[in-house]
Amino acid sequence: MGYFEHLGILICIYVILSASLNIILGFTGMLNLGHVAFFGIGAYTSALLAKVLGFSWLASLAGGVVLAGVAGLLIGIPCLRLRGDYLAIATLGFGEIVRSLMKNWSSLTRGPLGIPGIPKPELFGFRFTDTQDFLILAIVVTSIVVFLIHRIVHSPFGRVLRAIREDEIAAQSLGKNVVRYKLFALTIGAAFAGVAGSLYAHYITFIDPTTFSFFETVLMVAMVVLGGMGSLAGSIIGAIILVILPEPLRFIKLPTDIMAALRDIIYSVILILMMHFRPNGLVSEGSLRKKILHWWHRVRGVSA
Amino acid sequence: MSLLAQLIANGIIAGAIYALVALGYTMVYGILKFINFAHGEILMMGAYFAYTGVHVFALPLWMAAVIAMALAALLGIIIERVAYRPLRFSGKIAPLVTAVAMSLLLQSVALIIWGGDIRTLRTGNVTVGREILGAMVTNHQLVIIVTTAIVLAFLFLFLKYTKMGKAMRAVTDNLSLALTLGINVDRVIMFTFALGSALAALAGVLIGVEQTIQPTMGVALGIAAFSAAVVGGIGNIHGAVLGAFVIGLAENIGIWFIPSGYKPAISFLILIIMLIFKPTGILGESKETDVRKNEA
Repeated sequence: MGYFEHLGILICIYVILSASLNIILGFTGMLNLGHVAFFGIGAYTSALLAKVLGFSWLASLAGGVVLAGVAGLLIGIPCLRLRGDYLAIATLGFGEIVRSLMKNWSSLTRGPLGIPGIPKPELFGFRFTDTQDFLILAIVVTSIVVFLIHRIVHSPFGRVLRAIREDEIAAQSLGKNVVRYKLFALTIGAAFAGVAGSLYAHYITFIDPTTFSFFETVLMVAMVVLGGMGSLAGSIIGAIILVILPEPLRFIKLPTDIMAALRDIIYSVILILMMHFRPNGLVSEGSLRKKILHWWHRVRGVSA
Repeated sequence: MSLLAQLIANGIIAGAIYALVALGYTMVYGILKFINFAHGEILMMGAYFAYTGVHVFALPLWMAAVIAMALAALLGIIIERVAYRPLRFSGKIAPLVTAVAMSLLLQSVALIIWGGDIRTLRTGNVTVGREILGAMVTNHQLVIIVTTAIVLAFLFLFLKYTKMGKAMRAVTDNLSLALTLGINVDRVIMFTFALGSALAALAGVLIGVEQTIQPTMGVALGIAAFSAAVVGGIGNIHGAVLGAFVIGLAENIGIWFIPSGYKPAISFLILIIMLIFKPTGILGESKETDVRKNEA
C-alpha cells in the first residue's frame, strides 16, 4: 500500500533532520531555531542542479549537502559568539532570510511558484520512481546518515561537543577551541540536513517556499526534545512518533486548514507537556544503552 | 510629496507600533532573562478580541480595544502562570521551547476560532491622507502615532513614580536583591506580563485598524519588535522605543534599495549585525551580560 510506504519515506527524512539537529541542539547545546534553512538549501540546490543543469542525483545530492554545510559554516561564524536565546533568535532570523530568498529570488527559485518536475533519483541506471523502491533508497540513505552521526557523536570529537554543552569554560580551559568545535558541529549538522532536503525534493518532485516555514523547525525541535536531547535513538523514536501521531486526523473529515491547526495544537501541547514533566525526553541520554546493558547483565547473571 | 519623506513617515508609523510590542519583550527579558516567543501571538489574539467585540458584539471600537487589552492581559497572566512559572529555574532550553510551542498553540487556536481569512478592523472607506512635511499620512496613521505617544508618556510616568513601577525597575535591576528587600517578585512578574500583553494587544488593534488581521500576523511583528528591543538594548525601556524607530525606519527606507519582498529580512539583518558588533544594544549597559560569554 502506497500510504504506508509514503509514511515510511517521511519518517526517514525526519529521522535525518532530527538526528542532524540533535548534533547541534542535543549534543552541543546550541539552540538552533533555523534548521529548516539547511533543509531548504539542500532541497533547492539539489533540485536546481538536477533540473536546470541536468546533474545526476548523486551529484545533485552532493551539491545540496555541500551548500547546506557551507551555509551552516557561514551562519556559524557571526553567530557562535552568541549563546542561548540570542543564538536561537539569530538562527531563526537566518531561517527567515533564507525563506525570503526562496520567495523573492524569482530568477533562480521561481519564487512562490516553486520548482515542479524535479527528477526522481537514478542510480546505476535504475530509476526510483516507484514509492516502494524509493522507500528502500530512503532507508539505505537514512541508515548511512544515522551510522555516520552515531560514529561522530561517539568519537572523541563528540565527547568534546558534550563537554562544551555541559560547561563551555571547562572545555576551554582544557585547551579545546570551543568556537571551532561549535562551528564543526553546526556545519556537520547542516550538511546532513542537506541530505534530507535532497531526498525530500526528489521524492515529492515539487518544492516551494511554504514547505520550509518556521513550523518545520518547531517540528524538528519537537522530535529532538521528545526523543531526548543528546540521544540518537531518541531522535529516531521522536521522528517516528511525531510523523505518525497526526495521521489519524486524516480519517476525520475536516477542512484542511482546521486539520493543520489541530495537528499543530497536538505538537505544541506535546512540547509544552514534555518540557514540564519530562524535559529529558523519552530516551534520556545514555539511558537506553544503560537499560539494555543492565538487562543483558541480568540475563547473563541469571543464566550463569 | 517626496519619496524619502514618505518612507520616513511610514517608518515612524511602523516604529510607533513596534515600540508598543518591543516594550513587552524588553520588560519580560529584563526581569526573567527570557524571550517570550509567544508575545507576537498575544498581539494577534488582542487584535482578534477587538475584532470580535466590534463585529460580533457591535461595540464601539474604543470599548472593544479596552476590553481586548484587558483580555490580553489576562491571557498573558495565565500563560505566565501555567506555562512559564514552573520552568523559571530549569535552564534556558525548556522555557524557550515552551514559548515557541505556546506561540504555535495560540496561532492554531486562533485559526480554529476565527479562520484563516484576512480580516480588518477598519470601518468606513479608506480616506485620502493629508500632506505633512511632504508625506501623505492618513487619519488612521495619525491616530496610531498619537495613541502610542500618549501611552508611552503614561508608561514612563508610571514606571518612574508609582510603587509598582519602582518595584518593576528594582526587580529588573537585581532580582535577588529585590527579593531580599521583600518585594513580591511573583506579583511584579505577573504585572509585567499583564502590562506587556495589554500594550501588545493595543498594537494589534492599531494594526487591525490600519491594515489587516490574520492568525500568522504575530510572527513578523514579533520578530521586528524583538529586533527593536535588542537593537535598543534589551531590558532597557527607553532603548526599546528607540530601537523600534530604528527598525521601523530601516525597514521602510531599506525598500528604497532592495525589493520590498525582503522587508521582513531587514530587521533580522540589523539584529544579527547588532548582535555581532554591539550585543548590548544602543542604550544597553556595557557590563558583562550573558549575551556573550568568556571571550577572553
